[in-house]
Amino acid sequence: MGRRPVTPPAPPVSPSTPPRDPSTPQPSPSTPLRRRLPLVLLVVAGGAVGTALRVLVTLAVPPTGSFDTAIFAINVVGAFVLGLLLERLLRGGPDEGRRRVLRLGLGTGVLGGFTTYSSLATETATLGAAGDVLTASVYGLASVLLGVLAAAAGIAVGARWARGSR
Amino acid sequence: MGAGLPVTPLLVAATALAGGVGAGARFWVDGAVGDALAARRSRRTGRRAGAGAAAGAPSPYPWGTAVINVSGSLLLGLVTALALGAVVSPTWRAVLGTGLLGGYTTFSTASVDTVRLLAAGRRGAGAASALGLLVAGVAAAGLGLWLGSLLAPA
Repeated sequence: MGRRPVTPPAPPVSPSTPPRDPSTPQPSPSTPLRRRLPLVLLVVAGGAVGTALRVLVTLAVPPTGSFDTAIFAINVVGAFVLGLLLERLLRGGPDEGRRRVLRLGLGTGVLGGFTTYSSLATETATLGAAGDVLTASVYGLASVLLGVLAAAAGIAVGARWARGSR
Repeated sequence: MGAGLPVTPLLVAATALAGGVGAGARFWVDGAVGDALAARRSRRTGRRAGAGAAAGAPSPYPWGTAVINVSGSLLLGLVTALALGAVVSPTWRAVLGTGLLGGYTTFSTASVDTVRLLAAGRRGAGAASALGLLVAGVAAAGLGLWLGSLLAPA
């Protein structure tokens, strides 16, 4: 009764400005994720770790055969792990808090930086331009098909893991 | 890393950092492409049937991944040809090619995108996201290699 505040709380913005200006850089629930600096830095840090891992694997795996075996293996393994991670997170609950940090840091960052498409495309184009269309086709098609199978297997394992942890 | 280039810890660190920047750029471009398509869809459905018409619509085609991988493949073809023509040094080829463009483009997301489209019964979109993207990426890389060879004959 007598405990009402005398003055109402000040409005967050002056009446002359519209209540929600999409160009305002203030982080609000509607701010796109890519405009939130901590999330961008999380992806950058994860991408640096993933790229370093990719470089170390390419240095450790000796070049065998007529195409880039290291990138081939990196891409297939990365597709499996990303499928597993994303499915596990998706079934764990909404994309927020710790789940969002794991998705962006490990998924978009580490695994996105670990695997690469430009190297696959350039290697395939180089093989094709050199006249080795057979090796180019095998490298390109085997990468894509095994990548899809690996991602599907990862998703299946992630779904089982999520069911088992309930 | 190119053959013959001495691999120092500093080079690995610079390449990794460039890969992080590439991943950040991918995060930004993917979100920007997704937002632009969502805005276009809502304008269309708004004209046709009012707000909320998009509810229950199938998940959008992953154009962000396609734009990223095709543009990154074009640029890596260009950097590779410029390195063959000795315009780009082996060090810069490693930092820009293996690092920046390797981190910018991604294979794992494209594979998971394809599985999700196929699981949703969208066979045509799934084939486009796997085989169509491969053809487009290789063509873009070939275009980059060709442009680079014009700029810097080996």
